[in-house]
Amino acid sequence: MSDDTHVMSTGDRLIYMANQIARNFATDGEAQAAAQTATHISLYWDPAMRARIRALAAEQPEALSPIAAAALQRLHPAGAA
Amino acid sequence: MSFSRETDHGTPPALATGKTVTVTIDGQSLTLPEGTSIMRAASLAGGSIPKLCATDSVESFGSCRLCLVEVEGRAGYPASCTTPIVDGMVVRTQTDRLKQLRRGVMELYISDHPLDCLTCAANGDCELQDQAGAVGLRDVRYGYDGATNMGQAKDQSNPYFDFDPSKCIVCSRCVRACEEVQGTFALTIENKGFESKVAPSQGEDFLGSECVSCGACVQACPTASLIEKKVVETGTPDRAVVTTCAYCGVGCTFRAEMRGEELVRMVPWKDGKANRGHSCVKGRFAWGYAQHKERILNPMIRASVDEPWREVSWEEAIAHTASEFRRIQAKYGTRSVGGITSSRCTNEETFLVQKLIRQGFGNNNVDTCARVCHSPTGYGLKTTFGTSAGTQDFDSVMRSDVILVIGANPTDGHPVFASRMKRRLRQGAKLIVIDPRRTDLVKSPHVEAEHHLPLRPGTNVAMLTAMAHVIVTEKLYDEAFIRERCDWDEFQDWADFVSEPARSPEAIEPLTGVDPQDVRAAARLYATGGNAAIYYGLGVTEHSQGSSTVMAIANLAMATGNIGREGVGVNPLRGQNNVQGACDMGSFPHEFSGYRHVSDDATRKLFEDAWGVALDAEPGLRIPNMLDAATDGAFKALFVQGEDILQSDPNTHHVAAGLAAMECVVVQDLFLNETANYAHVFLPGSTFLEKDGTFTNAERRIQRVRKVMAPLNGYADWEIVQLVANAMGLGWAYEHPSEIMDEIAALTPTFAGVSYDRLDAEGSLQWPANDAAPHGTPTMHIDGFVRGRGKFVVTDYVPTDEKTGPRFPLLLTTGRILSHYNVGAQTRRTANTAWHPEDRLEIHPSDAENRGLKDGDWVTLRSRAGETTLRALVTDRVAPGVVYTTFHHPETQANVITTDYSDWATNCPEYKVTAVQVSASNGPSDWQQDYARQARQSRRILPLEAAE
Repeated sequence: MSDDTHVMSTGDRLIYMANQIARNFATDGEAQAAAQTATHISLYWDPAMRARIRALAAEQPEALSPIAAAALQRLHPAGAA
Repeated sequence: MSFSRETDHGTPPALATGKTVTVTIDGQSLTLPEGTSIMRAASLAGGSIPKLCATDSVESFGSCRLCLVEVEGRAGYPASCTTPIVDGMVVRTQTDRLKQLRRGVMELYISDHPLDCLTCAANGDCELQDQAGAVGLRDVRYGYDGATNMGQAKDQSNPYFDFDPSKCIVCSRCVRACEEVQGTFALTIENKGFESKVAPSQGEDFLGSECVSCGACVQACPTASLIEKKVVETGTPDRAVVTTCAYCGVGCTFRAEMRGEELVRMVPWKDGKANRGHSCVKGRFAWGYAQHKERILNPMIRASVDEPWREVSWEEAIAHTASEFRRIQAKYGTRSVGGITSSRCTNEETFLVQKLIRQGFGNNNVDTCARVCHSPTGYGLKTTFGTSAGTQDFDSVMRSDVILVIGANPTDGHPVFASRMKRRLRQGAKLIVIDPRRTDLVKSPHVEAEHHLPLRPGTNVAMLTAMAHVIVTEKLYDEAFIRERCDWDEFQDWADFVSEPARSPEAIEPLTGVDPQDVRAAARLYATGGNAAIYYGLGVTEHSQGSSTVMAIANLAMATGNIGREGVGVNPLRGQNNVQGACDMGSFPHEFSGYRHVSDDATRKLFEDAWGVALDAEPGLRIPNMLDAATDGAFKALFVQGEDILQSDPNTHHVAAGLAAMECVVVQDLFLNETANYAHVFLPGSTFLEKDGTFTNAERRIQRVRKVMAPLNGYADWEIVQLVANAMGLGWAYEHPSEIMDEIAALTPTFAGVSYDRLDAEGSLQWPANDAAPHGTPTMHIDGFVRGRGKFVVTDYVPTDEKTGPRFPLLLTTGRILSHYNVGAQTRRTANTAWHPEDRLEIHPSDAENRGLKDGDWVTLRSRAGETTLRALVTDRVAPGVVYTTFHHPETQANVITTDYSDWATNCPEYKVTAVQVSASNGPSDWQQDYARQARQSRRILPLEAAE
């Protein structure tokens, strides 16, 4: 991070959170980490957050780490976690 | 309960050896544990040997010579307090010769004691007076013309108690209580012989001394020499009710000693299993906030936060609250509202708030203070062990050989437990402290850490993994335990990971800044030093890897077999009085009570059948998610019971923006707290003295809270929530909190055996308390882990994204101080401000000098999130490059500085790592002045009459 004052928007924060979760599962290998990240998001994120991150994944695929991106592919639509 | 003193057996119980001896005392045959004193034996038999210097909270001393007895076959008159019983001993406690000797001793005491009993504050509650009566003293032959110690000046410096040396009999009970019970060693007997007198520290007054005002000396004093100011002012109590303290997660039980409806004093209850008769300055003395003039007693509403408050009737406030939530949900959707339960309120009240949200609001948007403190404990320990709670009771520490304290400062945050820990350390247990600061535990009188690892903030996982590296590579792990109790394959994966050279103490030294040899020595000690226990606090959880750190701790305990018996374990020191209970009661947005996920169909059906509505199967929003959704326009109303998120949660600007974006914020609290500046409805709350219920402490111990006076605001908090629920059409009909607990027990397997009758019978119960454990569970995971096999989790160190740099070169870490509690809403409204009137910024002398700062200077503390000003405290307790402050005072608003970064698994904020810069300042910042102006504006109140 730079020294500039930085306030994350909600969208940026969701992307940051998804990448952060993915990074902490990363030592389990990409496939396992993606599955765990998807499960984690399903268990702890409310439906609106899940819908938003899926939309963000489509809009800004480059913002997500490979594990986070793979995890979000696995996420069912909101309401069918 | 009517008023009577607790029985004082004179000396503590003997150390358990399993052996007993049989003695005869005054013709009565008794079989008691070996090592019991004659005095205690006589007391247990129903007698009482006169005594002055003996009390059962401290070891016997044998100085007053009042407790002399005769022992058949022994010459002389041994002191019964220092003489242990032996098999076949025959003792007489009342003979003519003993009476004569005791009268002679008492006569000497009284010859140098003021005879002002009728006007003395301790009249009727004075052991000296009682013993003079007990030995039959009728006159004093020596007269009062000679030299005496009477007429000395009182020390009234302490805000809570007075010291009158004229009434001191130099029994040393206060000195010994300070040493043995509290472990501070602040008192001494100075001078010799006739000149002997009690003195705090080196001739200082009590307030200026090292005294921590725990009250142990006052409790031990047999005269009015040390006495509570409140007793002096009010008189002695006439009844007592046992209840549980509303500060911190230790959960001390007290006798609330009353005169009518007036609280005279809180005296720690000797039978309290969490505190064993001890207390701290907060629980013992700092309860005056309950009657503070700033307490709000009438409900209030307003259409906009720019307007003054308008006092209204309860009926109007409740109806308005219900209609606002219904209106907002109709307009913005079911999930547009939510609430926050209180970790300061009772289990029953917390349960009702989450029930209101799940049943009444129809969603799972409920969260609690644990979000910002121990949510990583819940995640980490559930993942590894299967239970979201600590593994031991507090007594367990007395069987520890090695104590590892990481990220906790128990002498400030959990002082009564810290005293137990220090007692064990004085007995010889070894101490390892992992903390960026040199906390008091590192070195204090008669306690010194074997190893202090002053790591750089944010490197806990690297440090614990390095310790694991040593344990695995040096084969110090407990293979038998791991094979029997854990998943061996997972252990091997973890062992391979931690064994990599990159995780050695030497490799991580550049990250942590700690000498690798110290890390190696600490790891060896933890693994091989006998029973090893880990105690941790928010210095573990409040990081971007808080959950990983908890799991790294669990890994260490499993690898070394330090789990499942007394003296070992993993012990989170929970912050607020009922934060454990709030979590247990289903306050998280993904869980029902008992930590069962909302998506579990069977669990949901259980609650649906009980509550008669369909429940949401989707997890709800956490507090920071609610605030995000509010700023985005999707979240519009919040019900907040007993929390002050504007002061306690990170990035104050973000919290304020979220609250400001809502159409209805309801605050239920004792005072107009900072969050209430953004509220539209204020529902006045009740104190712990004014209601029945239960709290659950850090040991999972469920204890009764008992009402000792009527609520000044008219209702207990559970009643207020019931009024709101019924205004929303939910049809609740609880007559008493015991009925709420019955519902909790019926719906929560770990609480199945809990009821008020059972709690009254047992004193307390540690969950799980059910058919499998009818008396509760002091130690968890004895025969197996709750989840089956213990799970080793690989915890890779991921550095925080909060980086230092040229503009923000220092790391700020935040914490607490002994005299204040959380946001200070309670303690700032007591005389505890005598010790801590403001938040100060601790800064190392070299960092201060580089910036031209002196102790006491105003400084600006600036981060990427915001800035504030406060005064500097130059100290080498913090390492160069690290600064520290507390968050007890809203004038400082330390959370203006903290950022949005949070734990990856739980969103627990990263309070402990913020990159900052410190520079000289002239005083409060523009923001602070603006904030103070806005707060004053927001707190205007139109009284009920004017509103009509």
